[in-house]
Amino acid sequence: MSHAASRPMPAAAPSTIPHFARLLPASAWWFYVGAAVVLFVIFPVLHLVVPADSMWHLSDYTVTLIGKIMCYAIVALAMDLIWGYTGILSLGHGTFFALGGYAMGMYLMRSIGRDGVYHSDLTDFMVFLDWKAYPWYWSFTEHFWYAALLVVLVPGLLAFVFGFFAFRSRIKGVYFSIITQAMTFAFMLLFFRNDTGFGGNNGFTDFKRILGFPITAPETRMVLFVLTGAALLGFLLLGRWIVLSKLGKVLTAIRDAETRVMFSGYNPVYFKLFIWTLSAVICGISGALYVPQVGIINPSEMSPANSIEIAIWTAVGGRGTLIGPVLGAAVVNLGKSWFTKAFPEYWLFALGLLFILSTLFLPQGIAGLWAKLKKKA
Amino acid sequence: MTAAAPIREQWDDANAGAGTRVMTEGVDTSHKGILYLEEISVSFDGFKALNALSLLIDNGELRCVIGPNGAGKTTMMDVITGKTRPDTGTAFFGQTIDLTRLSEPEIADRGIGRKFQKPTVFEHHTVYENLELARKTDKHVWPTLRARLDAPAREHIAATLETIKLHAEAARPAGLLSHGQKQWLEIGMLLMQEPQLLLLDEPVAGMTDDETMRSAELFLSLAGKYTLIVVEHDMEFVRKIAQKVTVLHEGSVLAEGSMDEITANEQVIEVFLGR
Repeated sequence: MSHAASRPMPAAAPSTIPHFARLLPASAWWFYVGAAVVLFVIFPVLHLVVPADSMWHLSDYTVTLIGKIMCYAIVALAMDLIWGYTGILSLGHGTFFALGGYAMGMYLMRSIGRDGVYHSDLTDFMVFLDWKAYPWYWSFTEHFWYAALLVVLVPGLLAFVFGFFAFRSRIKGVYFSIITQAMTFAFMLLFFRNDTGFGGNNGFTDFKRILGFPITAPETRMVLFVLTGAALLGFLLLGRWIVLSKLGKVLTAIRDAETRVMFSGYNPVYFKLFIWTLSAVICGISGALYVPQVGIINPSEMSPANSIEIAIWTAVGGRGTLIGPVLGAAVVNLGKSWFTKAFPEYWLFALGLLFILSTLFLPQGIAGLWAKLKKKA
Repeated sequence: MTAAAPIREQWDDANAGAGTRVMTEGVDTSHKGILYLEEISVSFDGFKALNALSLLIDNGELRCVIGPNGAGKTTMMDVITGKTRPDTGTAFFGQTIDLTRLSEPEIADRGIGRKFQKPTVFEHHTVYENLELARKTDKHVWPTLRARLDAPAREHIAATLETIKLHAEAARPAGLLSHGQKQWLEIGMLLMQEPQLLLLDEPVAGMTDDETMRSAELFLSLAGKYTLIVVEHDMEFVRKIAQKVTVLHEGSVLAEGSMDEITANEQVIEVFLGR
């Protein structure tokens, strides 16, 4: 073997290929374009153009289910950035997802206008609680742009402040996981209270319209679906760009040998804070896309079990692969929607079993299995 | 010694004219010394790991530090690199940089590189990427996100691969290297940081005789360009490279001098061989 001839010079790859195209290998680009065609062309046609009595028609139920699963996939992707690549297991990602959802929900609640049960300017739950005016933190939420800003800022700011203190105090491993779990539990309790001003345990529901369009109309549904698909594909590329960058290598290095990173002159606190905050923001955006499609947001989204489930999707799909967690979220949730219809009592057992089996036999998850099969072929 | 001026300002050698000084950027070594530890004490739950330790290292020197287990060698390195804060005493890098006020990454950035006893490299990254990550550059978040591997960087990495003789392994994940190769890679990573001062904790532990010999050559070639502090148990190795040896015992300096002086010192013999 002549070593001298095969000297690797990673960055000296032929520069005829544009930088952007190098994000994915050629074969992966075909899948990527294929997914875009299915999501942005085939599904809308099947839902909107094909008549409802045709066997090819895509039902409202299916569109909502796939839209919902894509939102979960975005969350799993965000989880992979922080857990798979940086080695920080968050058991509180449900909070960021729910906060994004609540921010969007505030706008949707105000868009109901006087069409609520009590025909009041206030939301129904506020009338029910005998409130006379919106609390201050509901100010401006009648504007979509402001709600959209909150979707990004609230989870982002919470993650930034929480992360800053946690990472600066060098809280790591299982301790970090536990405090994130405590965080989501605390938020759930807070949002359960009627006095908090977010509808208590009922949360927000009965939305009527978004930006003036009826929220349950097939066209509106399809636009939300396509936006969710675009967000998923966009975040996949963003994630890919980050993990291939030098910063991505630093993140993996933090996961593998944090002291060496520190003694190499990088301050891990800021790198963790960056990816942690980004991950939270992505979850928030996902939550904002989820709420108008599903039509409800309530504090159960912040339950500790929900956040643990996110970690399970990621583990089942394959940590540190980006596409794996997306598949993991899809497989587990499709399984869930079938299972909870067929054997509703046993879903949690099935989930636990799946987690144990995949840990024992598929440590690299679905993505690892795929890679193994490809190698054999 | 008067109490008025800190020792690092008095520390000057009449023989060292301005021309003989190794000029180092960032670090003020105008008084010849590069590292000044004065009266450093560190205790863990009452156990004095360092007991009023004072140590002066000249710029460009290769210093070996030996001592029995628990003598405070690793704690000393921890203090220098910011991992442990001393209870009392001062630690200065050059004339002006107070090490007790800086964090680990800041100290690394100022020019102190540290090799751990157990080789610590990024096992999932290739040898090449390990060196790329270590390379001296702006290591804040944004510049790191936007960083591209340019020609000077590639040359720098290629040169270091040559120095540590890992050219053939450049594309392999570092986790697949042999123990000795990992040691070398870690040293290569330190060199990529362009440090002024290198702290090497048992750099030849677990190496074959051949590797040990090549390491000795490497360190001797580095001395002068860099300042090296080598902590080592392997006396054979120390004898090969040592210019000046410091013996630590129970958290302070027991003896200092050439290898011959040290081996003739009765106190040292007593500590090492037992009474």
